[in-house]
Amino acid sequence: MNSDTLIETKNLSVGFPVGGKLFNKRVLKAVNEVSLSIPRGSFFGVVGESGSGKTTFGRALLNAAPITGGTAHYDDGEVNYDLGELAGADLKEYRRRAQLIFQDPYAALSPRMTVRDIIAEPLEVMGLCDTREEVDERVREIAGLCRLNLEHLRRFPHAFSGGQRQRISIARALVSKPRFVVADESVAALDVSIQADILNLLKSLQDEMGLTYLFISHDLSVVAHTCDHVAVMYLGQIMESAPTRQLFNSPRHPYTKALFSAIPSLDPDDRGKAQKLEGEIPSPTNRPSGCQFHTRCPFATDLCRREEPHLETCEAGHAVTCHRWRELQLAD
Amino acid sequence: MSLIDVENLTLQFKTDEGLITAVDNVSFSLAPGEVMGLVGESGSGKSVTAKSLMKLNPGNAVYSRESKITLHLDDGPVDVMSLNRPRDMEVARGGAISMIFQEPMASFAPAMTIGSQMVEQLLIHTDMSKSQARELSIEMLDRVGISDASTRFGQYAFEMSGGMRQRAMIAMALSTKPKLLIADEPTTALDVTIQAQVIDLMKDLVDEFGMGIIFITHDLGVVAQTADKVAVMYLGKMIEQGPVREVIRNPYHPYTQGLIDALPQLDDLDKPLMPVPGDIPSPLERPEGCVFHTRCGKIIGDICRTAVPSWADTGENHRTACHLCHEGRHA
Repeated sequence: MNSDTLIETKNLSVGFPVGGKLFNKRVLKAVNEVSLSIPRGSFFGVVGESGSGKTTFGRALLNAAPITGGTAHYDDGEVNYDLGELAGADLKEYRRRAQLIFQDPYAALSPRMTVRDIIAEPLEVMGLCDTREEVDERVREIAGLCRLNLEHLRRFPHAFSGGQRQRISIARALVSKPRFVVADESVAALDVSIQADILNLLKSLQDEMGLTYLFISHDLSVVAHTCDHVAVMYLGQIMESAPTRQLFNSPRHPYTKALFSAIPSLDPDDRGKAQKLEGEIPSPTNRPSGCQFHTRCPFATDLCRREEPHLETCEAGHAVTCHRWRELQLAD
Repeated sequence: MSLIDVENLTLQFKTDEGLITAVDNVSFSLAPGEVMGLVGESGSGKSVTAKSLMKLNPGNAVYSRESKITLHLDDGPVDVMSLNRPRDMEVARGGAISMIFQEPMASFAPAMTIGSQMVEQLLIHTDMSKSQARELSIEMLDRVGISDASTRFGQYAFEMSGGMRQRAMIAMALSTKPKLLIADEPTTALDVTIQAQVIDLMKDLVDEFGMGIIFITHDLGVVAQTADKVAVMYLGKMIEQGPVREVIRNPYHPYTQGLIDALPQLDDLDKPLMPVPGDIPSPLERPEGCVFHTRCGKIIGDICRTAVPSWADTGENHRTACHLCHEGRHA
C-alpha cells in the first residue's frame, strides 16, 4: 500500500441476502468488486444515479455495511486497520477516526436536544473528554470553525434554517477530530444559494483539520467544483475513475459522457442539444450479462453483451471499464 | 388573450405565533401554450402561490380582499377566489388546472392501483364511461413512454421506479386535457438522466396539447431548458420577471444574480462558487423595506431598509423590483 494512501480497496464487494428463507436465496451485490485508492488529504468524489451503490460503498468504508468480499485497508500514518476484520477497541478507535455527514439536515438532528448537546454527544459516547468543561471547550471550538454563533448552542434545531442545520451536523461529525469523513449527498437537500456556502465550508475545514473526504453525490456539477478525483459508479461497479479535470475534459466511458450531457445547461439556446440516455438503471438482482451498462449504451456491440470488461488504466490515474475506450471519441 | 391572470395575490397563514405572510402582492399572467418558470429558494412562497390557483392551501390560509385570480376558459372567465363549495372548485382542481407534485411516491395512493386512480379522476371530471376512461388512461401511459402500458395500468405505485412514477403522474395530470398544468418541482427527486427524459417529454406534450405550464423549480438550469419566461420569488415577493433569455443573461436583481453565481457551472471549473451570503430570514421576522436587504451586497442606503421597491422596466417585458433600477443604475 502506497504511503500516501488513506484507504485502499481491492475487489471490495458488499452483498445483501434477498428472497426466500430457504429456497431461492439470492445475494444482491450492491457493491461489486470495487478497487480504488483514496489518497490522504483528497476530496474524493463518487457519483452515480440512485441504485448505483455509491452510498453502500461509503458505508462499507465506515464499517457500517457488511464487507462480503475483497479487502479494504485504512492507514492514516498513526494506525492501520483491515476494515473487514475490525473489532473491539480497534473498531471504537476507527469510529472516532471515520465519521459521516448525512444528507438531510432536517432528519439528522434530534428535535429534543439542544445544539450543544447534539455536538457534544459523540464526545460523551466515545468518552473522549474527562470533564464537562473540556466538552464545552471542544464544542465551542468546533462550533466556531463551522461558523455557528455561540449563542445558538442553547437553542433547539427547529429554530434553524437548512444551511445552519447542515453546519450543526458537520460540527457533530468533526468534533471527535476524525481523519476520514464520508459526506453522503450532504448538499443535495439544500438550496443552491446555501449549497455553495456549505461546499466552501467543507473545503476550508479540510485545510484546517487535515481531512480526507469521500464525497458522495449524484450532482456532477457540484462534484466538478469540489473534488480533486472522481469515480463514476454504475450498478455497484466503478465505470471510470480519474482526476476531476481529466474526467471532465476527456471522459472515456459513454456513461460518464451521458451523465455530463444530461445536466441542464444555463444557456437557453442549448435546448435539445443534450445527448439523451434511454431507459433506466437495471435492478441489481437482475444484472445484465457482459458489460453492466450495455442495455443503455449507444455504442454496445456483441462483445459488450457477452463479456464483462474490467477496469483498465488508460492514462496515469485514469481508469475505465469499457471494451471500446480506445476507439470511441467521446470528448467534443 | 391570457389564460390566467393573477392580481395582487396576498396570502397569510394563521398560526399560534401570529400571522405569517407567505405571498405578498404577487401579480402575473400566463398565455395559453406558454411555459413560466417560477424560481426561488425553499420558503420563498412559490409552491403556495401555485397552490392558490387551485385554492389548495390549508384551512388557516387567509387571502387578502384585493387578491384576484381569473381563469379564462372557453365558456367565459372564472373567478377562482369566489369558488367555495368543493363541487364548484372541480373546475380549478383537476378540471381546467392539473398539478404534478414533487414526490411521485407520496402523491399516489399506495393501496390503489395506478389505473384505478387514473380512471377515478376521469369519471369525476369528464362524462366518460368506465371503459372509455380505461382506454384513455392506457393510451396516456403509452404516450408518456411507459412500455407495456396495460400491465402497468394494473400495478401499484411501489412497483414502479421513480422515473416511471413521475411519468404516470404526468399521464394522469394530462388525461383530463387541462388548460393549465402546474408542475411543482417535478424533476427534483429524479436522477439527472431521468430528469432529462422527463423534461423532453414535457416539452413534447406542450407542443402536442398546447396548454400553459407553471414550472416551479429551484434549479435555474431546468428553467433555462424549459421555460419561455421566468419569475423569481424571495420571501413571498416577486422580485424579477421577464423572458427566460433576458433574465438569465441580464439579471437585474442582486438576488437573481446571486442565484446564478451560486450555480456550479461545468464550462468554467475555476470559477469559485459564490453563495448568497446569510440565511433566508424566518417568515416571522420579515424584514422591513426590501425583503432582500438583509442579504443584499448592493444596498444603496436607508431607502432599502425602509421603502418597498416598486416595479421598474428593465428591458422588453422584463421587470425588476429593486431600488437600484429606479436610481437608473444597473445592479
